[in-house]
Amino acid sequence: MDWRALTVSLQLAVFTCLLLIPIGLWLGRTLATRRFRGKALCEAAVALPLVMPPTVLGFYLMLAFGVEAPFGALWQRLTGSGLNFTFSGILLASLVVNLPFAVQPIQRAFEGVPSNVREAAWCCGLSPWQTFARIELPLVWPGLISALALTFAHTLGEFGVILMVGGSIDGETRTLAISIYDRVQAFDEAGAGIMSAILLAVSFVTIGVVYGLARRGRGLHV
Amino acid sequence: MQGLRRGLLIVLLAWLPALAQAQQQAPTVAAASDLQFALEAIAERFTAETGQALRLNFGSSGNFRRQIAQGAPFELYLSADEAYVEALHAEGRTVDAGVRYAVGRLVWLQPAGRDDLPGEDAPLAAVERAVASLQAGEGRARIALANPEHAPYGVAAQQALEHAGLWAEMQPLKVLGENVSQAAQFALGGDARGGLVAYSLALAPALAARSDHVLIPEAWHAPLNQRMALIDGAGETARDFYAYLQQDAARELLAEYGFSLPSGDETP
Repeated sequence: MDWRALTVSLQLAVFTCLLLIPIGLWLGRTLATRRFRGKALCEAAVALPLVMPPTVLGFYLMLAFGVEAPFGALWQRLTGSGLNFTFSGILLASLVVNLPFAVQPIQRAFEGVPSNVREAAWCCGLSPWQTFARIELPLVWPGLISALALTFAHTLGEFGVILMVGGSIDGETRTLAISIYDRVQAFDEAGAGIMSAILLAVSFVTIGVVYGLARRGRGLHV
Repeated sequence: MQGLRRGLLIVLLAWLPALAQAQQQAPTVAAASDLQFALEAIAERFTAETGQALRLNFGSSGNFRRQIAQGAPFELYLSADEAYVEALHAEGRTVDAGVRYAVGRLVWLQPAGRDDLPGEDAPLAAVERAVASLQAGEGRARIALANPEHAPYGVAAQQALEHAGLWAEMQPLKVLGENVSQAAQFALGGDARGGLVAYSLALAPALAARSDHVLIPEAWHAPLNQRMALIDGAGETARDFYAYLQQDAARELLAEYGFSLPSGDETP
């Protein structure tokens, strides 16, 4: 059992959720409630990581993170270190990969909130922010939990993108999923078995949570 | 419900710094896959004697060479191919030219308990037989080797097969491991006939019980001269381990795992 890999995985999952859920809330609500030019394109871009091969996404991120690339160079100027093979790098990659898992359940939940509920709240003198916090958020809560559960579990399991961007550096970018791969190569089936069982259990609980919310009729149908 | 939610959030936020603290700052070592077992044994002894922890990473030497060139945070690099260390040295990534710490050997490895292990006089007989049965249409018995594009043992395997005149014919049979450890995994797994891998892996306890092997003559491939170097900015612990690797205790362990020992000061 690779405890350091578990720590890296948990950190990655927690930070991904903390950073991505606010983005998901804003983006999901915007896509659900607004009409604007290029909305279809925007939705397609959000969904892209669902169907894009992880190695393709990993390849492009690896190029973008390189110190020769504009983005990588800018990052290096701002922070003094590169992005490839660092925790910051796999965290950024994780945000991109998980975008659809965070945005889509929240967007579906907001689409389920009738617009007259929002208007009624405004008529009662609530500001848009108060409406959001007191009326909308409680209504989209199941979608938010779904987004959290999916993002968390998917981050723990992501393999291809993380391996390409982060390599497999002990205590820095070696996540649980990558550690399983490494343990198999080291002929340590027992270690790989324990870690696989952990990830299987996490996946099972996640699906349970998401489907449970969906069955109560308030969540999202994945 | 409201209280519970707030409580969860507080627990989560309190737990984050604790997590960050949990990552010890032991130096990271990048090592060729053929050292998977030997270096673990050496590092265990080093930690027991000095109390200093290390973080070992195993993979293909070529991949590590690329990662270090791009600034991956390794402090010590043990390559299975000198050329990679020399290239990094030329690029100013290493402290110095490093030292040659071992010479590796190539073996034919196959699952244990089969009665068709090739003899030492014709160690690639199994490959010949696999090629013959492919050409006779009797199915494909896979031959595993490390990827010659970035794994030194893959290059040596290709050279040995070329030497025996089998490289072209065995192309439909080859299965490539990302590094030599994975190649060994493939060689012993499923329906593979066997593979060409590092002697040091064949001698490891984890594999010795499940496999049989026969050495490939050293003259059949370029010598697997293995060189290590400290990466620029290496810390105290990495430097201590680098020195430890050149002392008798470590060298004995390397010899136990089938490595020949150079005198350590050869320059390429």
